[in-house]
Amino acid sequence: MTKVLTTRFDLKGEACDIDVYIKTGGYQALTKVLKESTPDQVIEEVKKSSLRGRGGAGFPTGMKWSFVPKQSARPKYVVCNADESEPGTGKDRDLMRYDPHQLLEGMAIAAYALNAPNNYIYIRGEYWYIIAILEKAIAQAKERGYLGKNILGTDFECNIYVHPGAGAYICGEETALLESLEGKRGHPRLKPPFPAIVGLYGGPTVVNNVETLAAVPWIINNGGEAYKALGTEKSGGTKMFTVSGHVNKPGNYEVPMGYPMRDLIYKDCGGIKGGKQLKGVIPGGSSMPVFTPEDVEKATMDYESIASLGSMLGSGGVIVMDETVDMFEMTMNTIHFYKHESCGWCTPCREGTRWLYKVCERMKKYEGKPGDVDLLDDLAGKILGKSFCALGDAAAMPVQGMIKKFRPDFEKRIKQNFVQLTAAD
Amino acid sequence: MFSPENEKKIDEYISHYPVKRSAILPALHLAQIEHGYVTDEDVQYLARRLDMRVNEVEEVVTFYSMYSRKPIGQYKLQVCRTLSCNLAGCDKITEQINHKLGIKVNETTPDGRFTLQEVECLGYCDLAPVLQVNFDYYEQITPERTEEIIEKLK
Repeated sequence: MTKVLTTRFDLKGEACDIDVYIKTGGYQALTKVLKESTPDQVIEEVKKSSLRGRGGAGFPTGMKWSFVPKQSARPKYVVCNADESEPGTGKDRDLMRYDPHQLLEGMAIAAYALNAPNNYIYIRGEYWYIIAILEKAIAQAKERGYLGKNILGTDFECNIYVHPGAGAYICGEETALLESLEGKRGHPRLKPPFPAIVGLYGGPTVVNNVETLAAVPWIINNGGEAYKALGTEKSGGTKMFTVSGHVNKPGNYEVPMGYPMRDLIYKDCGGIKGGKQLKGVIPGGSSMPVFTPEDVEKATMDYESIASLGSMLGSGGVIVMDETVDMFEMTMNTIHFYKHESCGWCTPCREGTRWLYKVCERMKKYEGKPGDVDLLDDLAGKILGKSFCALGDAAAMPVQGMIKKFRPDFEKRIKQNFVQLTAAD
Repeated sequence: MFSPENEKKIDEYISHYPVKRSAILPALHLAQIEHGYVTDEDVQYLARRLDMRVNEVEEVVTFYSMYSRKPIGQYKLQVCRTLSCNLAGCDKITEQINHKLGIKVNETTPDGRFTLQEVECLGYCDLAPVLQVNFDYYEQITPERTEEIIEKLK
């Protein structure tokens, strides 16, 4: 299988050194575009690749770049979203700690395509030691003339600064991220205008995930068509998946789009731990509806297949749960997360997540009232599509998905059902 | 207010942005590293330094969960509690700390050395369960290793 993103992972961090990065083909793509391509040609190549945003939304990257106006009174920006905080996801962490220059090169190419001299990596504050890795890489790249002023003797200028967040899931939402970067609370902004028109400090801004930008050097070196050909017709290229939970070999795996989910779990990850049976899989991070073992058999790892089965590829966080897992407990854990992370800006999300949790609290003690399962489902439905940003949807979708697929785990939390069940024992 | 070294760092941060205010998040991290938590003086000082109003600094500090406005232990023991860590048995890590140090979640030892916190997803799902001690990570942590780590820090 062709690797795009993880070719230097075997070096276990040695590629953080620019000499190793260059020896293994690094900075060729940047050199190539500065010599041979116009910014428009770069955008065309990325469009051809059918690369889609790897942060969760899956928006076509080339199209996102093409929305940025050519002429702008205010400076333009490329912002890398390294806030990785979707539960189940730890891929950007490894992309940055094992191969930081790949990200910097991708970002520099994006900055060239958009003519953006000053650019930021917004990284979650908990990844403190990775900030040091990135800053060292930036200093090295600057020294060698791959970043800074007059890059490789041209008049292209590109600076990259690392900006730490401070523990807020909402800052992974691109407009909240921009607010945070401006030194404010991370509340989302109203869209439109989209960041491509009015973004950071009012300037046109492209916000791309780490994995998205890290794929760009390969696309430039090998061509957009070649990248697309690695995946399926509509989902081009490869994708990283963080597999966690009850598998024998949890970890980060890069596979081509369209790869069977079954193979990922049973071949690459060595199957379910302790020879137990599979109960369910969350395919794309905690905000996505859960899959049953039957869904897993049918699913391939690409946007279309996962969507056709009623979930989303999201950020690629695959959480595997064996037969011992109580899906009510998992749902309550998820709700706790979203209740904590709701930024408080809009009522449906702020209040709705608290109400969901309140109902769960009595169900946890097997004191649920008749109708509580439907109440949970209804509450989630009243958040879904009614919140200011997608965090509300992210909180609601997994709740509805869990109830739909694993209702008995919820029903037994209703007091009268519980009494009957224990009496039958 | 800050050590000369951190003052220099704040100048460096300010130089990254077109507006000074953007440096508030990194500057607050420095305040916390230097003073253990974000003090009243830090808030006043950073407001002046970054051309912000005091309430603007306060609203930022209170929004982000990594900052504390109250003194906390010298070592923050943060156990991730979200899905993958939960599946991997993070409860046992928390229990081990309860047992070893006699503190519950959100409590600090009387000597001010350790604070125990449960936190949401730290991005180490494939290496769960994870324990964060200040800025250090301990991947695939076991109760036994938790005990060893605490012994070393004591």
